[in-house]
Amino acid sequence: MSTIFGIPTQALFGQLLIGLINGSFYAMLSLGLSVIFGLLNIINFAHGAQYMMGAFAAYFLLQWAGLGYWWALLVAPLVVGVIGVVLERTMLKRLYALDHLYGLLLTFGLALVIQGLFRNQFGSSGLPYQIPPALTGGRNLGFMVLPNYRAWVVVFSLATCFLTWYVIERTKLGAYLRAATENPSLVQAFGVNVPRMITLTYGFGVALAALAGVLAAPIYQVNPLMGADLIIVVFAVVVIGGMGSILGSIVTGFALGIVEGLTKVFYPEASNTVIFVIMALVLLVRPAGLFGREK
Amino acid sequence: MDTASEAASTTATESLSAPGRHQTMAFILMVGVLAVTPFFIYPLFLMKALCFALFACAFNLLIGYVGLLSFGHAAFLGSAGYTSAYAAKAWGWPPELAILAGTAIAAALGLAIGALAIRSKGIYFANITLALAQMVYFFCVQAKFTGGEDGIQSVPRGVFLGLFDLRNIMTMYFVVLAIFIAGFLLLYRAIHSPFGQVLKAIRENEPRAVSLGYQPEHYKLIVFVLSAALSGLAGGTKALVFQLASLTDVHWTMSGEVVLMTLLGGLGTVFGPVVGALVVITLENYLAQLGAWVTIVQGVIFVICVLAFRRGVVGEVARVIKKPL
Repeated sequence: MSTIFGIPTQALFGQLLIGLINGSFYAMLSLGLSVIFGLLNIINFAHGAQYMMGAFAAYFLLQWAGLGYWWALLVAPLVVGVIGVVLERTMLKRLYALDHLYGLLLTFGLALVIQGLFRNQFGSSGLPYQIPPALTGGRNLGFMVLPNYRAWVVVFSLATCFLTWYVIERTKLGAYLRAATENPSLVQAFGVNVPRMITLTYGFGVALAALAGVLAAPIYQVNPLMGADLIIVVFAVVVIGGMGSILGSIVTGFALGIVEGLTKVFYPEASNTVIFVIMALVLLVRPAGLFGREK
Repeated sequence: MDTASEAASTTATESLSAPGRHQTMAFILMVGVLAVTPFFIYPLFLMKALCFALFACAFNLLIGYVGLLSFGHAAFLGSAGYTSAYAAKAWGWPPELAILAGTAIAAALGLAIGALAIRSKGIYFANITLALAQMVYFFCVQAKFTGGEDGIQSVPRGVFLGLFDLRNIMTMYFVVLAIFIAGFLLLYRAIHSPFGQVLKAIRENEPRAVSLGYQPEHYKLIVFVLSAALSGLAGGTKALVFQLASLTDVHWTMSGEVVLMTLLGGLGTVFGPVVGALVVITLENYLAQLGAWVTIVQGVIFVICVLAFRRGVVGEVARVIKKPL
């Protein structure tokens, strides 16, 4: 068996793949957080819970409506996104005039409620969700076996991230959004319905989290607490990338996933903490994050 | 605009004057009640409440008087708990030294985390403290001396100052009460000193404070370390009370819990965190058998407090009697 730096290549590539998968989720979740943060100026603490709701939505669709993975990929984000819109309309909206920290506290409370309700109903052990038949199996790349589903997750996540980036940075709709981020009252004066834009943006960010949840369902099991600890890592990713930076969250999401995977190979003890250590170092050098701007 | 400014608006103006008689009255009432209750209520429960009350008061110093929301205070509570438990059990240190060791470690950790975090504000600050505390959590999960999932169990309580045998639960209670009151008075003193006035000035208008020649970063760091140290005092004491140091105290849910206590009691009020801690601990006590309902109820309280009850219990009382509490 061949080795690199004394590490078997198979282990190395295996961890790299896991890192890339984790990175896909970090990227999609931090992207949603960034989109929301950019316009609403709140950190959506319920993001992990909404990611979990996406996975559960996929599970329910299969159990109750007989709708499979492909339908879930479409319907689950829509449903959870609508729930997000309702939350924004009924609760978050009331807090915009206050300190942004209240938004953080509210979404933290919502996360506790949502996760608690699901835990009450489904316990803490995971529910299985099958990989769709079209994506089972794997292909042999010579140096390792690549499971099809995992390849699909990476490709799909990259595509979603790119599409989101393109819409925000290169289209007219995105231009409105960026303008509203800079100066909402001016944009409103030009006749753009900013409150509606805020609502839809929150819904979109939540839908992204739910989409990530559907993607995650076959890999990790569907579990009420699947997003609870993940979201803290994603917060660190967002800080490293620079809060509110679209490109920053995508790039750092994937990069940190890979770094984490490599750490697992070379120094496993630090694999849980490496992202937080990087965050501390980045803060020392660039307090606004790698891609962020000082406000 | 500042976090606590709304909640503290009732106290902001008055607290510039000397602390009033009603605060002294409230303090005497609190101490009186706490001195009598162990004869009626299970002392272990009260000690738990006192430890959390001190923890919440320490946390409140940051959010209420400097306007910084730390989401990582569990790191200080938990690391001090581990230090005290380890010192008492493995090295056989007497309780006062074990608690001091925990406090010192929490202060040192506060210096490190604070130095990184105080350069940012608002949500950034919350996010950064949360992430750094999670790092401490993973360290505690992996480090050998913490005992991993088991924690450090059956920590000996020992004899406090060589005089008070803490194996007697009433003795333990009054030692904990004394520690709580000492911490409370220290915080009270800090808030009502010239130092505290500068903190409020920084909270209300930082550029102005800078223009007057104050260096906000220094003040914020001092407050952060003080807050961390007193959280550590609470954590170390708690470890001896329960004879246990575990991962629960380092986990980020604990950081959320202390936010909840302070928010419910009243941000930026002197007595709010004590009331909030008492209510939350009581709730937990009654809901403990119901599993996940604890989190649900906590979440609902969070939502209600943020949407409709931002002054908190004590803040509302203070508004009604038009006196800062």
